[in-house]
Amino acid sequence: MDLSLLAWGDAGWGDQMARGAVVTLAVAVAAYALGIVVGTGLAAMKLSAIPPLRWIATVYTTVIRGIPELLVIYLVFFGGGAALRAIASGMFGYEGYIDLPIFLTGTICIGASAGAYSTEVIRGAVQSVPKGQIEAAIAVGMSKAQRFWRILVPQVARFALPGLGNVWQFTLKDTSLISVIGLVEIMRQAAIAAGSTREPFTFYLVAAILYLGLTSFSNRGFDRAERWANRGVRRA
Amino acid sequence: MDFAAFARYVPELAAGLPLTLLLVAQSLVLGFALAVLVALMRLSSNRLLSGFAYGFVYVFRSTPLLVQIFLVYYGSGQFRPFLEDIGLWVFFRDAWFCAVVALTLNTGAYTSEIIRGGIQSVPYGQLEAGRAVGMTRLALFRRITFPIAIRQALPAYGNEIILMVKASSLASTITILEITGIAKKIIASTFQPVEVFIIAGAFYLAINFVVTQAIRWAEYHLSPKSPQARARAEERRQKAVLAR
Repeated sequence: MDLSLLAWGDAGWGDQMARGAVVTLAVAVAAYALGIVVGTGLAAMKLSAIPPLRWIATVYTTVIRGIPELLVIYLVFFGGGAALRAIASGMFGYEGYIDLPIFLTGTICIGASAGAYSTEVIRGAVQSVPKGQIEAAIAVGMSKAQRFWRILVPQVARFALPGLGNVWQFTLKDTSLISVIGLVEIMRQAAIAAGSTREPFTFYLVAAILYLGLTSFSNRGFDRAERWANRGVRRA
Repeated sequence: MDFAAFARYVPELAAGLPLTLLLVAQSLVLGFALAVLVALMRLSSNRLLSGFAYGFVYVFRSTPLLVQIFLVYYGSGQFRPFLEDIGLWVFFRDAWFCAVVALTLNTGAYTSEIIRGGIQSVPYGQLEAGRAVGMTRLALFRRITFPIAIRQALPAYGNEIILMVKASSLASTITILEITGIAKKIIASTFQPVEVFIIAGAFYLAINFVVTQAIRWAEYHLSPKSPQARARAEERRQKAVLAR
């Protein structure tokens, strides 16, 4: 193993790998944010009184949680590109080749999966808010919006935090799959470096260490957030 | 949508089904054995053993499976002369072997935590009772700890099996033509992603449906039938769903 390969600048791959880590982090954050928005919407649908909304949400979470992310990535990457080209030639008469923006494609695919998993987390958190508190809020004359912002949101955020921490963990790890469609994040960068230096073990090991660093670091962040969120709670 | 394509693609994708199942089955069996070992190490009072088990679990749960697969398959190439010398290169040059190794290590790490949780949930009184009637340590483990731990861990393990079914798709990145590998090949050559996705997705959903039902069935038959025990089992299932 030749560690000078990891030098900064033109001599080594250090800066490229670091840039890959930044892309990984960026796509993970974007996908996670999308996942929480999708998850909140689907959780509301699952808890709604209208049966078709519940069915749609249930089908979505069942399908996405049961199908490999890689398959979803292939569908969106190839299918989305074809759809875009069809629209371009049908509506605008453009016959050239259009590629999907891969960062966006990756974000959508990983966000779709993060959304399905966070749906369950958020739904569980909403259900663990005691009914009596909502009744009490109604009794003192709070409006629907007040009940939502003052009673539900603060507690749901606290209850959902550990589960959402889990979702973040595998969102971060799942971003490695986007390398198959060519986004130059940690994995893709490691593959490029491995190919040109013929030292695959070195660079995949570096990739593993980068992921390990990112997960450990963010884990600590979530632990802190949990402590902060639970600061006013009496412990049994 | 091209309905004629369905008839063409179903048999093509079905050819990948045995490979997916075999890959999952081999990794699950080996991974489970590894997991029991790691869980026992983790719970051992020997600091070295438990520290090693902790490190193993931590590393494998904090890195993506794709990195693990690539490290084993492509990474081993860097040590080819050495591996040839000790006669192991024939294994590492084989993509199937590498996929099974990576999946085994990965599921071993996750499953060991599930088993550890199960073992720790065994009520202390039951172990005392076992000791009081004079069971040896082995008998205690085999007849009290292990059965109760497994029952407790079953819903979470069911989730792990489903995650493994999905994870096996990553083997396609190292040339193995299981369902996802074949799906990618067809999509790339025909540009009919929607049709292929629906069929391949249906295969995966079918596998996972069977797994879910099998776990339910096993849980029902392994559980005491009192209403309280049923309520506890239901609660465990809910928790397992929230866990991932």
